[in-house]
Amino acid sequence: MTEPAVLSITGNNGVVMARQTVRSLAQDCRLSLVEQTKLVTAASELARNALIYGGGGTMTASIVDEFGRRGVRVVFADQGPGIADVDLALTDGWTSGNGMGLGLSGSRRLVDDFVLDSAVGRGTTVTITKWAR
Amino acid sequence: MSEQVPILQIGQVLLVSIQTDLDDHAVMRLQDELASRVVESMADGVVIDITAVEIVDSFVGRMLATIATISRLLDADTVVVGMRPAVAITLVELGLSLGGVTTALTLDKGLRVLERRRLEAAAGDGDAEPGAVEAGFPPGGAIDS
Repeated sequence: MTEPAVLSITGNNGVVMARQTVRSLAQDCRLSLVEQTKLVTAASELARNALIYGGGGTMTASIVDEFGRRGVRVVFADQGPGIADVDLALTDGWTSGNGMGLGLSGSRRLVDDFVLDSAVGRGTTVTITKWAR
Repeated sequence: MSEQVPILQIGQVLLVSIQTDLDDHAVMRLQDELASRVVESMADGVVIDITAVEIVDSFVGRMLATIATISRLLDADTVVVGMRPAVAITLVELGLSLGGVTTALTLDKGLRVLERRRLEAAAGDGDAEPGAVEAGFPPGGAIDS
């Protein structure tokens, strides 16, 4: 097991760095090109969410081995205002800002596992995993 | 540091080729810059080459759609060329169909789309000067099809 890559997302460059870090892990994990593209796109959406809605946050990315499967897991955590209605936030087109409302709902479709943990005043943590086939 | 994307002009067409992973500021700047350049140059077409672009997320997707809409309002057509298959698959799953954006597989095909539109516009407009239309052809793009 490699050490997880930890990155702080405090500006636009953080979103670019997040994409690059996740791409490199996805390549190491031998995800297919389409799987890599989906995972990196999801990471880009979630990194931007952490920056814009969470006021900045951290990304922790690692290769995981579980039940004989290998994949890339990425955790985005922010200490922002949190999400009051998680189900609503996962609806296509819903946005609290001026985005398109596809970041959360869309990135959920792009990965295999998606866990959203959030409460008002407690920040938001999103954990995504993409498994190699 | 976010970098600047060069906007090239070939005849009546503005060509942008995105070669690096752009941050959101650079994406917005490109959008604004293109709008000004369309007006300044009186271009009637914009080609955005994304051959080198590894991912298109909702932010870049929205930029492409917005550029298409803005340039249409400014009397220019936009064609996005060179989208990778993995990018197309991901965009659909993300929920962005880019319905209002014209695409072509290659730069050459994209230029021909613009050329065809220019001819249609000239045919539909009785008092268009044929000379002005001719002058707009990008060199070398007008042979077959």
